[in-house]
Amino acid sequence: MSAAAQPSARRLLVFALCFLLCMVALLAKAINLQVTQKDFLQDQGEARYLREAPIPTTRGEILDRNGEVLAVSTPVESVWVVPRELLKHPGYIKPLADILEGDEEKLQLTLAERRDREFYWLRRRLLPGMAEQVRQLDAPGVNFRREYRRFYPDGAVTAHIIGHTGTGDVGLTGLEYMYDDKLTGKPGRKLVIKDRLGRSVEEVKLLQPAEPGETLQLTIDRRLQYMAYEELQRAMLEHAAESASLVLMDVHSGEVLAMVNHPSYNPNNLEESRVLQRYNRAITHVSEPGSVIKPFIMLAALQAGAVKPQTVLDIPAGGYNVSGHRITDTHYYGPLTATRVLTKSSNIAMARLAQQLDSGHLHEVLTRFGFGSLTGVVFPGESAGVLRQPERWRALEQATLGYGYGLSVTTLQLAQAYSVLANGGLLYRPSLVMSTPEPPASVVDPALTRSITAMLETVVTEDGTGTLAAVPMYRVAGKTGTAHIASVNGYSNDYISSFIGYAPASQPRLVCAVVIHKPRNTDYYGGLVAAPVFSRFMTDALRLLNIPPDRLPENWQAGMAAATPAAISGAPVSGGQPSASGGQP
Amino acid sequence: MMSRALEQSRGGRLPQRWWAQFRVDGWLLAGVLLLMAAGLLAIYSASEQNLALLYRQLIRYGIALLVMLTLSQLHPRYLRIWSPWFYAGMLLLLGLVLVVGSGTGASRWLDLGVLRFQPAESSKLAVPMMLAWTLSRLQLPPGLFSVLPALLLLLLPCALIAVQPDLGTAIMIAGSGLLVLFFSGIAWRYMLAAALTGVAAVPVVWSLLHEYQRNRVRTFLDPESDPLGQGWNIIQSMTAVGSGGWHGKGWLQGTQSHLEFLPEPHTDFIMAVIAEEFGWFGVALMLLLYAGITLRGLYLAAQGRDSFARMLGSALIMTFFFYVVVNTAMVSGLLPVVGVPLPMVSYGGSSAVTLAAGFGILLSLYKHRKIWS
Repeated sequence: MSAAAQPSARRLLVFALCFLLCMVALLAKAINLQVTQKDFLQDQGEARYLREAPIPTTRGEILDRNGEVLAVSTPVESVWVVPRELLKHPGYIKPLADILEGDEEKLQLTLAERRDREFYWLRRRLLPGMAEQVRQLDAPGVNFRREYRRFYPDGAVTAHIIGHTGTGDVGLTGLEYMYDDKLTGKPGRKLVIKDRLGRSVEEVKLLQPAEPGETLQLTIDRRLQYMAYEELQRAMLEHAAESASLVLMDVHSGEVLAMVNHPSYNPNNLEESRVLQRYNRAITHVSEPGSVIKPFIMLAALQAGAVKPQTVLDIPAGGYNVSGHRITDTHYYGPLTATRVLTKSSNIAMARLAQQLDSGHLHEVLTRFGFGSLTGVVFPGESAGVLRQPERWRALEQATLGYGYGLSVTTLQLAQAYSVLANGGLLYRPSLVMSTPEPPASVVDPALTRSITAMLETVVTEDGTGTLAAVPMYRVAGKTGTAHIASVNGYSNDYISSFIGYAPASQPRLVCAVVIHKPRNTDYYGGLVAAPVFSRFMTDALRLLNIPPDRLPENWQAGMAAATPAAISGAPVSGGQPSASGGQP
Repeated sequence: MMSRALEQSRGGRLPQRWWAQFRVDGWLLAGVLLLMAAGLLAIYSASEQNLALLYRQLIRYGIALLVMLTLSQLHPRYLRIWSPWFYAGMLLLLGLVLVVGSGTGASRWLDLGVLRFQPAESSKLAVPMMLAWTLSRLQLPPGLFSVLPALLLLLLPCALIAVQPDLGTAIMIAGSGLLVLFFSGIAWRYMLAAALTGVAAVPVVWSLLHEYQRNRVRTFLDPESDPLGQGWNIIQSMTAVGSGGWHGKGWLQGTQSHLEFLPEPHTDFIMAVIAEEFGWFGVALMLLLYAGITLRGLYLAAQGRDSFARMLGSALIMTFFFYVVVNTAMVSGLLPVVGVPLPMVSYGGSSAVTLAAGFGILLSLYKHRKIWS
């Protein structure tokens, strides 16, 4: 027995040696890994779980001139999934499909096709309620990412100016596009610990804080914008028009207070709008101005000394032939003074006047008022319109130019040009965004603009074409326009009806251009279609902005004194109007 | 004749107070209990503080201890008598599992309705017992021809397990059998010849291996060759171990394991969790504990007064240590991934119970050393 025990005991010894060797080897390997290679392996470890993650930032708000919110980014949740993980738990697929209002089999198929992918967007920008339901389901492999969704509280009312953003909140149109750099914040960076499935487990360090986008304050007044939208829509429906634009501008700064187009669209729901609805026509679309150009031709004539306001101009009965083309008026007026030519909007008189003038002079005056060139408003896709060089004008062209054909303009250009008449010869660059004002260019003698203003005031009288543009208690200067629309086969039976005017005429503050395309009901004259829009909108706008009236009834003081004695002692000029809700003084 | 009669008379006598005879080696028991404590700590961390999992493991440890203490009081005579039957039964079950077995990818489990049973687990005890039984009946040290039947008895279950396929377990069992042969005092020249044969057999074995098994070996040789697939386990494991440094990141603070980079952190790769959270000192302490248990076990085995006891005891304790070495080497990238748990510490029932049974046998052999001799 002991014979067998001896070698066995020796073997135990041998074995103990082997055993020691193993121990030493293991401990040495542990030292090798944990001490020698520690830094490398720790880096390797960190490389696996430490990730730089972006901190999303919010896009800047867009506000109106009074700080009302016109566009805001709200946080929403997007859901992504690791298809493999979710497929392992098929019980979750049906409830998930139900919450997302999708088809279970379709979802199953979608996931199965993407089995090898680590990331798949299940749904982006969920409604908050839906996101909460998904969160409560707590399905494996389903994760959330915070994103921001742009929201436009006023929808269609401000749609054309502001534009909209696309995927990733990038500005695609309008001011969202133009000021994208400013509105887009700088996303921050943070160091996070992520597990194998890419879920953030813990935040380690803030590398760079997120900078939210800057706020953009517009010159638009949201209240005026609403009024303009409603009035224009009313006219659109009433006259079955195809499209329409309205621009309201401060004549002393070029700030656009309201800019509205129809048709419009809801930027919160882009899928349901067509491209045709998305143009900011007031800036991007041009048309022949028609009679609204006449004040500028008249101004050129006054400046050239060809006429004075009271100069009597002869008007041939039965029309006036130029190069085989007959120019007509709607009525035969007989001889008219220059002023009354505008009052009545005589095409014949204006054509003859334009013919008398030097073409270079005429072109220069129109150019000075900004026709044929970009206004410089900061907005994508502005049209300059067309004003041809005078050397190329033919006789007929110069004559028709006198009543607004042969050139094309935008609604914004018209508003800008009329504001020069209103403010005494200063050309402002129109602006949509609040900024330090640029000094205006003095383009014409104030004496001339005063004369024209006086002449244009006669348009908005019982006798003029713009009677319906009148605003109670305010003097209005303005001009109607009714232009045939040129088509491939010459001029059609479609019209552009317009009215551009400013008030109060004694001390102008606001200029408003209303242009309505293709009214298809009975009326199409600018004085019947566009002038009422001007009247109703300006009535509201002037009151809202607390602008003192300059056309009070004869007995207003007596009547007011009897009613509210206190009102008179305060401010006699503005005492006549009802208390307008707090606007610009 | 004399001794047999004595045995029977003593064994046949019923003790009046059985606990008066209850004796175990305190050192070994303490070592096992310490291992279990370390296992609970590590599993708690590796399982993301899953208490349900911890309770299950606690119950398994309880069962394991019960098995160990029960076996420790059993007379070795019974072990000896049962060895062939145990072995035969095991072979039967191994054959059965190939026919009706269940499991993912490989059929390793027998589903008995109430519990799932892995027959290969029982061979870890049955094979060394059978070999010790066979060899103890021969003149020791055995000659070349007397070794051959023993080798056959060893290779048969190994082959059955290898085709399941479960190469890791097959190798471990072959190792435990070879240990018995080694302790039988077999001549060095035979062992050398066997080693050379083994080396020569490598190409043959390679051609017999399953593709996934070959991949494991390839991966082991160059883990970076397929870092996202086969190399993943080893790279993640080495990263976890290495990032522990001297002191580790602290209990429950490991990143590789908790962020699910490390595969199976609470089972086969639990050593990586320990290494990451307790550092080199933690690893050294664990290895020291294993070494202590092994040395104590060897001492106990050497006290056995007959060749069956000594061969079986030494083989069992060395198998235990063999597991430790293979697992730790696997985790640290010294050996390919072979699916061997860390003894008594990895989460899992069958391994712990089998190992405890082994300790129980060892304790039994030791307890009955004087009486038996």
